[in-house]
Amino acid sequence: MPKLSYLKALHRALRDEMDRDESVFVLGEDMNFALTNTTSGFLDRFGADRVLEMPLSEQGFTNFATGAALAGRRPVVEFQIPFLLLLVFEQITNQANKFLLMSGGQRSVPVTYLMPAGGHRPGWGAQHSDQPYSLFAHMGVKTVLPATPTDAYGLLTTAIRDDDPVVVIGPLACLGVREDVDHADLVPVPLGKGRIHRAGTDVTLVATGHLVHEAIAVADDLAGDISVEVFDPRTVYPFDWDLLAESVGRTGRLVVADDTNRFSGLGAEVLATAAEELPLRVPPKRVSRPDGAVVGAAPELDAVLQPTREQIADAVRSVLKESGWGA
Amino acid sequence: MSVLDEVPATEADSAVPDSAALYRTIRFIRRFEERAVELVKAGEIRSGIHPCIGQEAVAAGAVATLDADDVVLSSHRGHGHLLAKGCDPARLMAELAGRATGIDRGRGGSFHPSDFSANVFNATGTVGHGAAIAAGIGWAAATAGSPRVVLSFFGDGAVSQGALLEGFNLAALWRLPVVYVCENNGYATTLPAGAAIAGTVVGRGEAFGIPSSSVDGQDAETVYAAVREAVVRARSGGGPSLLEMRTYRYHGHHTFELKTRLRYREQSEVDSWLGRDPLLIQAARVAEDERARVDAEVEARLDEVVRFAVASPYPDPATATDHLHADGLRPRPGSAR
Ligand SMILES: Cc1ncc(C[n+]2csc(CCOP(=O)(O)OP(=O)(O)O)c2C)c(N)n1
Ligand SMILES: [Mg+2]
Repeated sequence: MPKLSYLKALHRALRDEMDRDESVFVLGEDMNFALTNTTSGFLDRFGADRVLEMPLSEQGFTNFATGAALAGRRPVVEFQIPFLLLLVFEQITNQANKFLLMSGGQRSVPVTYLMPAGGHRPGWGAQHSDQPYSLFAHMGVKTVLPATPTDAYGLLTTAIRDDDPVVVIGPLACLGVREDVDHADLVPVPLGKGRIHRAGTDVTLVATGHLVHEAIAVADDLAGDISVEVFDPRTVYPFDWDLLAESVGRTGRLVVADDTNRFSGLGAEVLATAAEELPLRVPPKRVSRPDGAVVGAAPELDAVLQPTREQIADAVRSVLKESGWGA
Repeated sequence: MSVLDEVPATEADSAVPDSAALYRTIRFIRRFEERAVELVKAGEIRSGIHPCIGQEAVAAGAVATLDADDVVLSSHRGHGHLLAKGCDPARLMAELAGRATGIDRGRGGSFHPSDFSANVFNATGTVGHGAAIAAGIGWAAATAGSPRVVLSFFGDGAVSQGALLEGFNLAALWRLPVVYVCENNGYATTLPAGAAIAGTVVGRGEAFGIPSSSVDGQDAETVYAAVREAVVRARSGGGPSLLEMRTYRYHGHHTFELKTRLRYREQSEVDSWLGRDPLLIQAARVAEDERARVDAEVEARLDEVVRFAVASPYPDPATATDHLHADGLRPRPGSAR
């Protein structure tokens, strides 16, 4: 079977949707040379009317996409760097995502915001390495974070077909992940549905983005000693609480490996909800970046702030040692 | 149906404005706003409003040049734009009053209403950000081969907003069918335009090669002629235009100024602009008996409008999270189930 890379999966999904639906078009920077490779060959295939080269006007072109969407198109806006999503945070969260409600349901805004290289970028330093998915979830914007090529294909496809704004973040560390899969077997993945990568009975390990692969490795390493269930929410918002409840209902223990900042990160929300609603037998743990992480440019100052496989394994072992909620 | 339906909505082929129709629109907007201010004082419109009293000739003259399929993007001071475009005034007043029968079911309010049946796509509350939304709508129309033109309204405060200039750039770069109308009423809340704008408003457009001019915004027929030229240019592929309408608001920035006296303008300045009242300027072009007939009709219609708005039910709180997502997705409630 052919090996499908994550990046190729994003490319295929976008190409298939543009083939299928004339109203879908893509806009962003350096489109004419497909700098991120997501749109390689698109200019020849679809022409300049559906592959729009944009000046460095992120707020302008994010609003432009909103306008095109209000007029019946389905724009996919590509951003090259995570902080650009912060620059257009207002345009996405306060405008595009609110117009449906503000119009009393008259018109929705079907825009997809694609960030195909989010998170940790070794050596790029403080301003290029953010992983802002929790912020969009906080504001109630549908947000997906696929970890595998099949999920990247399936979730980007669904995001484009969805009638609401959807933020799609592909973690940089996942772009090289490959999977044995035929193009013909790729299918849309519904938003809001998590995925159990490894079934287990002792502990539920929730992991996001590239940490899904670390979590799978931890589960494999510990197999025999500890039976770890690896849970990938895939969609950050809306989160698949039902599947989490089922899993924790079986295991009674929870660890979250969250590739974002500790304070108000996704991990905080998962732990809080679990504490309120789920039958946890012992206190849960999370592994994340520190509060308000600002990484240095020297890789040594960056890597040390990123969640690691060892930290995840330690957290799993430590919740297994707990016998209850205190003395 | 709107009372303004009696005003010919399509005058795009007409180089000569219909003076009586413009008078009617201005009179309707003026009295609508005055009735709305009364409803604010009576506690029926709980947000207060940004009245456009004094600026009615801009809305009336500019929108009269449009076809029904043309799109308007409004601003926080937008009731006049909506009324001129044919929005049902009863449902607009109900919207201001936060009623379930409002054009946006009480979700848009006075600050950011939209009415897609009249092709008013929105009035974003983020000052200046409609400009690039307008470019996107114009692009969608142009690439679909549609003759649609987009009219984007904003105030003098917006010209200091980077996103507006980004919108100008995109519209000019691709010659999009957008007409930008800056209602320069001299102030952004309390800030005089002269203390905020280096250079000029029209200079903002000229920098992008956009045909730009400054127009007397108190005279609806002057507004009409200027906007008509821009609309014709946009429709024929000639790209965007920028028109600065020199105008003035007779009331405060927002009705909160009925309570807080913010002395940021001299009475002599207000008085001198009252001498150029757009309602009186247009009234002088219409025969007295015709005017009397229009005035009486407007009053009768507004009685119905206000009756409808205040008699309408409030939205059911149980529907607060309706329309949040297109697929009906509900957020988890804020307190434990
Ligand atoms: C980007 C932005 N900044 C500030 C505000 C708060 N605000 C609302 S209306 C307004 C004044 C706008 O002035 P102008 O554009 O001249 O319009 P006018 O009120 O005079 O009609 C301000 C500052 C806002 N809504 N958006
Ligand atoms: Mg102003």
